[in-house]
Amino acid sequence: MTAITETAPQTAPAGNARGYWSTVGRRLLRDKVSIACALILLLILLSAIFAPYLHLADPYQGSMIRRLKPIGTPNYPLGSDELGRDMLARLIYGGRLSLLIGILPVVLAFVFGTSLGLVAGYVGGKVNTAIMRTVDVFYAFPSVLLAIAISGALGAGITNSIVSLTVVFLPQITRVAESVTTGVRNMDFVEAARASGAGPITIMRVHMLGNVLGPIFVYATGLISVSMILAAGLSFLGLGTKPPEPEWGLMLNTLRTAIYVNPWVAALPGVMIFAVSICFNLLSDGMRSAMDIRN
Amino acid sequence: MTQIADVPDRLEPIEDLGGAAQPLLRVDGLTKHFPVRGGLFSAAKTVRAVDDVSFAIAKGETVGIVGESGCGKSTTARLLMHLMPRNAGDIVYDGRAVGRELSLRELRRGMQMVFQDSYASLNPRLTIEESIAFGPKVHGMADATARALARELLGKVGLRPETFANRYPHEVSGGQRQRVNIARALALSPRLVILDEAVSALDKSVEAQVLNLLVDLKREFGLTYLFISHDLNVVRYISDRVLVMYLGEVVELGPVDQVWDQPAHPYTRALLAAMPSSDPDKRTEVPPITGDPPNPIDPPAGCRFHTRCPFAEPLCGQASPKLTELDPSGHQAACFMAIPGSGHSRAPRGETAR
Amino acid sequence: MLVYIARRLVYVIPIVVSVALVCFMLVHITPGDPLVAVLPADASQELAAQLRAAYGFDRPLPVQFGLWLWKALHGDLGNSIATGRPVLSEVLRAVGNTVTLAIAAAIIGFSFGLLFGLLAGYFRDSWIDKVSTSIAIAGVSVPHYWLGMVLVIIFSVQLNWLPAVGAGPGGSGQWGWDWAHLKYLVLPAITTSVIPMGIVTRTVRALTGDILSQDFVEALRAKGLRETQVFRHVLKNAAPTALAVMGLQLGYMLGGSILIETVFSWPGSGLLLNSAIFQRDLPLLQGTILVLALFFVFLNLVVDIAQAAIDPRIKRA
Repeated sequence: MTAITETAPQTAPAGNARGYWSTVGRRLLRDKVSIACALILLLILLSAIFAPYLHLADPYQGSMIRRLKPIGTPNYPLGSDELGRDMLARLIYGGRLSLLIGILPVVLAFVFGTSLGLVAGYVGGKVNTAIMRTVDVFYAFPSVLLAIAISGALGAGITNSIVSLTVVFLPQITRVAESVTTGVRNMDFVEAARASGAGPITIMRVHMLGNVLGPIFVYATGLISVSMILAAGLSFLGLGTKPPEPEWGLMLNTLRTAIYVNPWVAALPGVMIFAVSICFNLLSDGMRSAMDIRN
Repeated sequence: MTQIADVPDRLEPIEDLGGAAQPLLRVDGLTKHFPVRGGLFSAAKTVRAVDDVSFAIAKGETVGIVGESGCGKSTTARLLMHLMPRNAGDIVYDGRAVGRELSLRELRRGMQMVFQDSYASLNPRLTIEESIAFGPKVHGMADATARALARELLGKVGLRPETFANRYPHEVSGGQRQRVNIARALALSPRLVILDEAVSALDKSVEAQVLNLLVDLKREFGLTYLFISHDLNVVRYISDRVLVMYLGEVVELGPVDQVWDQPAHPYTRALLAAMPSSDPDKRTEVPPITGDPPNPIDPPAGCRFHTRCPFAEPLCGQASPKLTELDPSGHQAACFMAIPGSGHSRAPRGETAR
Repeated sequence: MLVYIARRLVYVIPIVVSVALVCFMLVHITPGDPLVAVLPADASQELAAQLRAAYGFDRPLPVQFGLWLWKALHGDLGNSIATGRPVLSEVLRAVGNTVTLAIAAAIIGFSFGLLFGLLAGYFRDSWIDKVSTSIAIAGVSVPHYWLGMVLVIIFSVQLNWLPAVGAGPGGSGQWGWDWAHLKYLVLPAITTSVIPMGIVTRTVRALTGDILSQDFVEALRAKGLRETQVFRHVLKNAAPTALAVMGLQLGYMLGGSILIETVFSWPGSGLLLNSAIFQRDLPLLQGTILVLALFFVFLNLVVDIAQAAIDPRIKRA
């Protein structure tokens, strides 16, 4: 059956401006908060990627005589850390690891969780029970505890931190994907597609994915906010990144002793985590309301 | 595919095999039981949603199915469409048993369905044109050809293709959406269309327009309809024959005028009596049914209607009456009062049944 | 109701067993021989074999799990490698402090969350709504361990009003309900409260908005009810969901306290977990996580039953 459907041409994208996603896009563009958040995130991301071209100080190069300079010191616009390294450079370079360990777990969980949820929701029956009962077990742990438990058992390190956070978010995304999929699957248009003789793969591609991915994506975007906080938190505890790598959570940890000397410099890495986290949260909210098109 | 893109081509309807005398669809012993999960300390039970239902639809006729909600009308439709597995029963399409002589894929070409909820039955992410063109493409039609066909069909259901083809479902009204759903069903050139409460959710004026459209389309394409509705007026208007269902069983069937004028089953009589009439003189004296239908998880033994039937006798609680021919017109009923010699005090006297 | 409770209790059993299995497996996903953590660096082969047998590491995994579960059911979670004391007593002592912190934080977070949520939901799109939602989104987005640091900077370092770390004067473990002790609780409790505050605000705001837009509210107003009476109906309808969310948040505060307890050196289960991780004290790590997770499962059970008790719709479903 699928042999014939696969040779059938793909559904061409709707060539007009009233399409669902273009409507959502236009609504999102009108939302000033979402735009501002997207721009801030883009700025942080691009500056992290292109950090080597920004003529910054060496983020690893310390100086024993220039330790813990306050904000606004000449050559140290955001001060220096406990080893005399330039804070501005470390904050910008820190975005590389911080964003990686914060975003990658959600991306991985999105890919695997969506697949699991789609299968559970579309196949139903025993497959659904098997997947969802396993998911329930992980729901019996508070997410911070689960992340700490796995990280703690696996030991410190970037990979282990990413693995443990992926395990934390996988059940959550699976559950959302399953419930969205079940909802769409039971709608009459899927029945109608089956009634027209389409096979499961065609139905999944044409009728399910477009209706299911949006809500899961929005949910995942919101999770990045939590993931950023947890990933930096693991590093803060010493379970993630290792010194001397610049990473916001780890910087917060090593600067803890400096709060009596130069408190505001010590607080800076947290501002970055906070900014990224709140922007992803607001962006997720903005997308959710932009997608909520009622006629 | 060697079609020229701008000449609308349609899928050829499935070949007519048996001629006019052979029913287009024959259903024999159709049964669907849903398992219901038992509580913690009770065993699992089953809902007998459709229980041993048999009927036939002749080529070119319209058969109506009526009954209260929960009587198994929609389940019957979904079983016929093979959208859910059945527990038992044969479905024979134009002399060919589905699953044996006729593949499921061919059946989908020969039989299509229009659902009640016009919005839920269209994918909100596809344009109207894409939704209609989807089916033909599944069956191998080229994209451009399928789109041209979709536009042509939009015209047939009374929607200007230039205006509607590129719209999304939420941008058109309920009546227009239902026209789109009809066009979508027609896109595969079916010979049988199942209309499951297809006009029930529409405003009365829109409902009338859509009904007229259905009548026109039937004539133009030589269609056969299975028309499911709880609205007796609509069923009478459109149907040639009617099937009355109660708790998953057929209790009466026959030509619509026969059933309306001489209802043989007390349930049918009660249904008709409950129908609001505009003429005060036409009010019947039969007491309308009281109470809710019994729980289908635990249907009463014997005749399923005996718990609500004003004429029930001990016999009715012990044995279940079979559908019995009442006259040569094909009027049948499953009631001991209609079966000669059944033992019911109101049964016609004479020869013993069968 | 009794049937509902019985059914929920039965459903909890497989969850408890699975949770125990996950905790048990934690030791076995640890890279290397779990024995390494117990073994002195210069141990002989014989000693290693002895210890292996003593800890049961030489048996097949399912048997090990069975034995471990059997002991755990009898309250024996093994002994801490670092202190040699029974894990269970160590954990329970620490959990007490965490409960104190969580309840204090819950009182703060839930009160403000309910207040902001109701105001924001009732006066949609007004300035109150905008302020409340901003506070809420900041609350759920802030890295709370950083917020703890900032509060310490302000109130301990700069103003010198409140102590920065610990749970009582002189670093004693004895907790007391006087100001000398309570002032140690203020900053950790406020820090812990921001996430539940934000989540409760968002939940209650959405609930209130949904309820107010339903037809029955229109009907109540049409009947001539005063706004305060309408408000009581809103509260009644929002209560089950709000309660469930708050119960879940309380569980998160108990189980997720490690970051804040580390910042404030609060001697609770989180700090215990932290030291277990860095001393590679696997029995302690395993035991702490098991106790906290079971706490969470139990709390969820209580919330479910409480929700069913006040929401008539749940029992029938």
